[in-house]
Amino acid sequence: MFPLLNIRVGFYLALRQLRRASLWTTGLIVFVMLLTFLNLVVVTGILVGLIEGINESYRTQYTGDVIVSALSTKDYIEDTSGVIAFLKTLPHVSQMTERYQTGGTIEANYLTRTDLTEKPNATGAQVIGINPEAENAFTGLAEHIIEGEYLAESDYDHILIGNFLLAKYAFGEQPGLTPLTDVGPGTKVRLTINGATREVIVKGVVKSKIGELGMSVFLPATELRTLMGRFDQNVAQIAIRLTPGSDPVAFKQLLLRSGIGEKAKVQTFEDSIPNGVADIKTTFAMLGNGFSSIGLVVAAITIFIVIFINAITRRKFIGILKGIGISGEAIEISYIFQSLFYAVIGSAIGLAVLYGVLVPLVAAHPIDFPFSDGILVAPPFDTGVRIVLLVLTTVIAGYLPSRMIVRKNTLDSILGRN
Amino acid sequence: MIEVKNLVKTFKDGPVETRVLKGIDLSVKDGEFVAIMGRSGAGKSTLLYQISLLDEPTSGRIHINGKETHEMSEHEKMLFRLAEFGYVFQDYALLPELTALENVALPLYMQGASRAAADEKAAAALTRVGLGLRLGNLPSQLSGGEQQRVSISRAIAHTPDVLFADEPTANLDKESSATVMDIFKELHKGGQTIIMVTHEDEFAAFAERIVKLDDGKVISDSRL
Repeated sequence: MFPLLNIRVGFYLALRQLRRASLWTTGLIVFVMLLTFLNLVVVTGILVGLIEGINESYRTQYTGDVIVSALSTKDYIEDTSGVIAFLKTLPHVSQMTERYQTGGTIEANYLTRTDLTEKPNATGAQVIGINPEAENAFTGLAEHIIEGEYLAESDYDHILIGNFLLAKYAFGEQPGLTPLTDVGPGTKVRLTINGATREVIVKGVVKSKIGELGMSVFLPATELRTLMGRFDQNVAQIAIRLTPGSDPVAFKQLLLRSGIGEKAKVQTFEDSIPNGVADIKTTFAMLGNGFSSIGLVVAAITIFIVIFINAITRRKFIGILKGIGISGEAIEISYIFQSLFYAVIGSAIGLAVLYGVLVPLVAAHPIDFPFSDGILVAPPFDTGVRIVLLVLTTVIAGYLPSRMIVRKNTLDSILGRN
Repeated sequence: MIEVKNLVKTFKDGPVETRVLKGIDLSVKDGEFVAIMGRSGAGKSTLLYQISLLDEPTSGRIHINGKETHEMSEHEKMLFRLAEFGYVFQDYALLPELTALENVALPLYMQGASRAAADEKAAAALTRVGLGLRLGNLPSQLSGGEQQRVSISRAIAHTPDVLFADEPTANLDKESSATVMDIFKELHKGGQTIIMVTHEDEFAAFAERIVKLDDGKVISDSRL
């Protein structure tokens, strides 16, 4: 029999079986397919999104798309003005912010400390000198102030302090880190850099899940340069935001080709993230795929059972169909179409739920993990691949039981004999 | 023309072998209306299933229009059943999710007819058995007699060479049975070959020839 004819008859039968099937049964199977689809996409999406959240936070709050920073053997980028001048000539650059950076200590409650044998209320910190206006325009740092106010360019003796440096926001006790107690906006602290100490007032507290921000102290660049005794204009970091559509990797290569790599370290935002994070991302993606595979097997078994029960209970009718001359292939195709229907409808509803509800919802209200704001990562291509996998699995799971029943002796099926 | 030679059918159930047909010889000419009779267990339905290619005999030969069925592949048999045969089963054997029209149109559709042509032929066949107004009804919405008439329509819509009927009146009341037999009579008048299994003399009388079986053998073959 011509394959096309089998397909036509298979479709004819499937359509009528589906149309006149119990709405509850159809609804239940479609619901199972919907859950399977969401399991396939969302579990992996959240696991990957958890790490993607870190990437995104680094990119938006700290590094930009590409970051140029001092070589490990230097405290600053040599010929910063030349580098900046070059960057300004590039059409891909939409925004930049420059930072000075050094190590320092902060001590609090030194005025009320009576027992000098007592450990001082002090901690080490990364001290970052910024142009408050440019930094806020680039990273939106002001939005991360949870207490107090943001810095102004004219602030002479004010600093912002990262949340991880304060006991009330820190993640409990961590070795090597002694967060400050009783410190908040208005508290006077001593900031010591390279032996030079200045008494400053905490103007605001920066809350960020990125260690580089949460464990830093911010003050205007001019003040930090004074404290460091630096008179040159060489900064430690230049964070660069590219125009939409520009490729950070290609831009990095461009900078390296221009010779900037000899004066500074050039990294994309992904390069700058600690290796461990990238490893976690890979591991989570593998875990997600593992969970998805289990989901796929469960879906296959569910469809197999549903179609098998359907075919077993309809064995007599399958026998009759064969008896009156309907080809076994057409009958099998009718079950394939039914499986396809369940998978496609389940996936279609799943797509609507995913992109219509879940992705926007999680984007608006990221999942609050301790180390990142988790988003739901569901790239359309990956989702498409998962749909194809689900549909293929379902079709095979639907075909096998129908084939088993169709292959049985025609007369035995009609008469209900085993 | 159907010719059956030394047909044997044995059923095996583990070590137990039951020989249901014990060397049947039979020949049915085109246009004949043959009733196969016999008491329960005589082998009449088994004989019908072998001749109608729904089952495979253990041994013996069946020739249909000169063609040796033993040599046919499953696919060829399927095509034969689709195009050359029509079946009327005791329990109607309609597909519950198809309407009367769809049940009748399906084999036509499988033969390659367009939807419109299949539906037109099916509607004509249903009208012929008095169901022209029940085309859109599902089997569950029809009485037993009506369902059997749908079954007959399905069997004759493609104008088969042979119509096989296995106890077509067994589940029907007298009135419906009479209607069904009247239809068979009409079909036979039109030249349709019919082979019908029945255990009721009253309905066997509609046939022109009665073949009686007992214990898997033909014990009489008489013309009325």
